[in-house]
Amino acid sequence: MGVVGYGAYLPRYRLKTEEIARIWGADPKQMKRGLGVEEKAVAGPDEDTVTISVEAAKNALRRGGIDPSLVGAIYVGSESHPYAVKPTASIVAEAVGAVPEMTAADLEFACKAGTAGVQACMGMVEAGMIRYGLAIGADTAQSSPGDPLEYAAAAGGAALLIGKLDGEAVAAIEATYSYTTDTPDFWRRDMHPYPRHGGRFTGRPGYFKHTLSAAQGLLRRLGLTPRDFDHAVFHQPNGRFPVEVARELGFSLSQIRTGLLSPKIGNTYSGATLLGLAAIFDRAKEGERILAVSYGSGAGSDAFSFIVKEGIERKRELAPKVSDYLENKVYIDYATYCKFTRKLVR
Amino acid sequence: MHVPRFWREIPNRYGLVGTRCGHCNRIFFPPRAICPNCRRVGQLEPYRLSGRGRIYSFTTVYSGPGDFREQIPYVLAIVELEEGPRVMAQLTDCQEEEVRIGDEVELVFRRIKEEGEEGIIHYGFKARLVRARPQPGA
Amino acid sequence: MRRVAVVGVGQTKFGELWDTSFRQMIIEAGTRALEDAGISGEEIDAMYVGNMSAGQFIRQEHIASLIADHSGLAPVPCTRVEAACASGALALREAMVAVASGMHDVVVAAGIEKMTDVIAEAGQEMLATVSDQEWEAFVGATFPSLFALMARRHMHEFGTTDEQRALVAVKNHHNACLNAYAQHHVELTVERVLQSPMVSSPLRMMECASLTDGAACLILVPLEEARKYTDTPVEIAGSGQASDTIALGDRESLVSLRATREAARKAYRMARVEPKQVDLAEVHDSTTISEIMAIEDLGFCEKGKGGKITEEGMTAIDGPLPVNPSGGLEGRGHPIGATGIAQALEIVLQLRGEAGKRQVKKAEVGLTHTVGGSGGTAVVHLFRRR
Repeated sequence: MGVVGYGAYLPRYRLKTEEIARIWGADPKQMKRGLGVEEKAVAGPDEDTVTISVEAAKNALRRGGIDPSLVGAIYVGSESHPYAVKPTASIVAEAVGAVPEMTAADLEFACKAGTAGVQACMGMVEAGMIRYGLAIGADTAQSSPGDPLEYAAAAGGAALLIGKLDGEAVAAIEATYSYTTDTPDFWRRDMHPYPRHGGRFTGRPGYFKHTLSAAQGLLRRLGLTPRDFDHAVFHQPNGRFPVEVARELGFSLSQIRTGLLSPKIGNTYSGATLLGLAAIFDRAKEGERILAVSYGSGAGSDAFSFIVKEGIERKRELAPKVSDYLENKVYIDYATYCKFTRKLVR
Repeated sequence: MHVPRFWREIPNRYGLVGTRCGHCNRIFFPPRAICPNCRRVGQLEPYRLSGRGRIYSFTTVYSGPGDFREQIPYVLAIVELEEGPRVMAQLTDCQEEEVRIGDEVELVFRRIKEEGEEGIIHYGFKARLVRARPQPGA
Repeated sequence: MRRVAVVGVGQTKFGELWDTSFRQMIIEAGTRALEDAGISGEEIDAMYVGNMSAGQFIRQEHIASLIADHSGLAPVPCTRVEAACASGALALREAMVAVASGMHDVVVAAGIEKMTDVIAEAGQEMLATVSDQEWEAFVGATFPSLFALMARRHMHEFGTTDEQRALVAVKNHHNACLNAYAQHHVELTVERVLQSPMVSSPLRMMECASLTDGAACLILVPLEEARKYTDTPVEIAGSGQASDTIALGDRESLVSLRATREAARKAYRMARVEPKQVDLAEVHDSTTISEIMAIEDLGFCEKGKGGKITEEGMTAIDGPLPVNPSGGLEGRGHPIGATGIAQALEIVLQLRGEAGKRQVKKAEVGLTHTVGGSGGTAVVHLFRRR
């Protein structure tokens, strides 16, 4: 059982760190250095988590090469579902042609809701409940104007098509290991537009504790060390945390370079780890081993080990790559960003 | 547009499903129940269109209805789909300056509008310039 | 079929009539028409009233009853006729058919629209209901945008210019200055038109007819009886009506209205008139490009040359074929249901020789052309001085 197809999507628009700094009177050089983010991806006015999920899902299905009606489950993980009640997943299912003989639901676990969906699909495929499952992580993250989060909160998404490895595949899933506690480092109350967070508390007790524990737990379970991996991707809320956690675990910069996207796109929340994984799939060779560890505030981490299969060479060409999306960009100013993200009050 | 009316056309709006006359083979999008050529002799069946086409005409709307106020200015186009029919769609991911009659476009899934702050969200198709989509890089 | 003549005309001023309600407008227009014909209310056998959307603008349906009632004419049969912006012309045609068939003898053909009781943004949204709601309005089409799409295509296929379009607005506003009943009394220049705010590119605000209040009324009788009422009867010599697709995307062409061509063909045939025999015309200039396309589709010039002949002054009020001597929809205003009647009213005045400062010298055969929506309906009438 493993990954039969994968897909990514990034909107076209980018807002530079120095443009945000200009508005709020911050030092652009210092912000860029401190966060490790140069620019972030911003959704267009007619895009949202649903439309981003649909594009990523369609790309995953193109690579999967299957009839969409064979998808038995769709899970969309996000912090920015357009509806509080009415699932994103059913709209996506209709749009990709998977309806009606299938199950669907939306997931929420801050930035790791997408990988939680991967685990659900893994179980269902392994149990023979479904032939294929589509797990999507996508977000159009909102942040309060002037809040430090604004420099990174971004839009984007990625999808994995999970199925048995009886045909051509992208990668086998060797194992998964999760670490979950109740740690309120970052949250958003119902009916409030912007999240709140515990400042520096989000670091050690949040991101680092869970990411390290999940990664170490997986390595222990598999009896492996960082040297056994060719690539690693960690949740990337900025450009600094994933580099630090990689170093602490014993991974080198070259192992994480391919999957490190946040300097160019910001934090795509539920899309972040899966987008980094997609970027790795765009380049990885058959036989290579990949570690992916997500992190969701609240808090928890899901760690996965993938072994790349020979199908990847042909399949990666069937849909746009992450690098194609990275290059397809248009810069906007802060006012346009406010208009697109509905911050302008009438 | 109220719920049942929007819901009824979801397969057409999301899946680009039109109709084809089994008698004269003409393809209709939006879908038609009667073929104007063949009328009662025509046999219409569902037909899924590719979404690829060219710009036949376009205009930028600077003064629009309330539901679309936040998207002003937006570009509206008549797209001639490769199967023959022409359909009206907004353009996305581009400015009017970039657009020429004859440009290749593809229909993509986008958010069209909402029924106010509390109502449902209408999704559907918009047209994107093919040259504005991510190009296979080096 | 009997031949039919117009023996009485009347209208309100067209404009933002803050002090005048819907029912007051119809009474005013109707009273003037009766006086002009020298008849009293009891002589009326039937009424046909064109109105696009009282249901939206003033939330009043069943206006046929309202009008018959408040005109003091109940129990006269009254029929409300709707074909978007062609409602008035269609009411005229229905009235004509009623007389021609022998069903009725003295018939009112009227039109009315009260558009300014709602704010302009709401009015524009109501106007947009003439488009395909599912596939045009749904994606954000506005009424002007439909014509803008046609304009861009016309420019692409024939090289029609912004200036040529602007000249239509300049001409019609100039004519409106000579018309006391018109909404607008402002001379325009090409610069002013092309510098006005863009509504839907390439069409600017001064190229589009405004939201207007107004009512107009005609009295129709059999031609053989006309001399009882007036020394200057005007015969409705020809009538044609046609339909076309409601959505622009389904049209064969964006630069020609098949409904206009079809309706004109039938009207010309009925009247035994050729386009070159028409002395003057009131055509449906909801936007400047609408007039350019209309004069082509009505056969006054080759397809694609409408801009050029406008530029050459062919359609000026003192030119060989005056078009919209009243000011047209752009100059006179466009109270939707009333427009078709007001166009006919102008032709009747011209053919009678009663158009004052706007009088066209040779006025024996006149044409009216009215379009519903972006071209889903068209009605053409030909009038002849008797």
